[in-house]
Amino acid sequence: MPDPTPPQTVGPFFAIGLSWDDGPEVVARDSEDAIVLRGTVFDGDGAPVPDAILETWQEPGEGCRGFGRCPTDGGGSWEIVTRKPTAGGGEAPHIAVALFARGLLDRVPTRIYFGDEEQANAADPLLSSLGPERRATLIAAPEDGGYRFDIHLQGDRETVFISF
Amino acid sequence: MELLYPDYKSTRLRAPRRDRIQLPRVTTERTGPALWDSRVAPTDHDLTAQHDGEPLGERIIVGGRVLEAGGRPVADTLVEVWQCNAAGRYRHQGDQHPAPLDPSFTGLGRCLTGADGSFAFVTIKPGAYPWGNHHNAWRPAHIHFSVFGRAFTQRLVTQMYFPGDPLFGQDPIYQSAGDAAGRLVAAFDLERTQPEWALAYRWDIVLARTPFEDA
Repeated sequence: MPDPTPPQTVGPFFAIGLSWDDGPEVVARDSEDAIVLRGTVFDGDGAPVPDAILETWQEPGEGCRGFGRCPTDGGGSWEIVTRKPTAGGGEAPHIAVALFARGLLDRVPTRIYFGDEEQANAADPLLSSLGPERRATLIAAPEDGGYRFDIHLQGDRETVFISF
Repeated sequence: MELLYPDYKSTRLRAPRRDRIQLPRVTTERTGPALWDSRVAPTDHDLTAQHDGEPLGERIIVGGRVLEAGGRPVADTLVEVWQCNAAGRYRHQGDQHPAPLDPSFTGLGRCLTGADGSFAFVTIKPGAYPWGNHHNAWRPAHIHFSVFGRAFTQRLVTQMYFPGDPLFGQDPIYQSAGDAAGRLVAAFDLERTQPEWALAYRWDIVLARTPFEDA
């Protein structure tokens, strides 16, 4: 039985290999139900991380590729154009995330939930297993045209990261 | 896996410190992106054929299979690679190493695995290069690999190294894999070496089992 290959960091030059012009467009920008998810990635000093890349996954469907990827810009910010997934399987609507960066030896998975789904969020098995401060790190705040989801790699507001 | 590895300085402010949360049930992450045909052009696997001229350096073939930990091949999955040129320089504005860029080399490759999980790239052997992690720090020659697998839980980005590299002992990125670091090293493959043309290396990539198989 072969043993799993260990992960290694993406390093600082992943843009050569992982950049897609349409990476952030899970759905077309002009589609009727498009929303924009955006946020900033911060390190343990609270400084933005300009060399991270975020990937998202949700159920694909008509006009929806399911997969998105966006490198952070010089200010540590990223943006994904997608549609809000529907609730299912007893879980609140959410999008799976894998974050990569120089200095991360493996990708760190998390999830994006939506701040305007209070009722569904209250019943979600993952969210309800967390205390209020930790839970808040997984919930994107509604803003004009979409939602904001900042990621803190360390510190008081460290995002909840997942293992499988 | 422990994400903090202080000898690799960039982990100090970036590695999450709290325990990661085991998902109560893996649902969304049991699947993953699959429709890749439009992402790969037929010549994307040949990094020596992307410009009018051929890149300088030692031409090599790097091949292997993508498998799951149970040994099952992963067919039709996207493999993306990137690397520096033979002089140890990346085509990236952030790379300030004073080694020459090669106008005939981008350093990007893509392919889909075959029915038996196989992949193969034609490229040039990347050079070693210095980095600022510690005094006289040099990265061993490596190729970055990105693999998707059948589920988002299997997503893997890693690096492939070449056998017998004298820089392994002082490279904290290689060392961070601990006892498993040897699995990052390709084997020289005389059988696939093409006479009068290119040396070959063989490297199999093994993805984690999917959680629903373990359940």
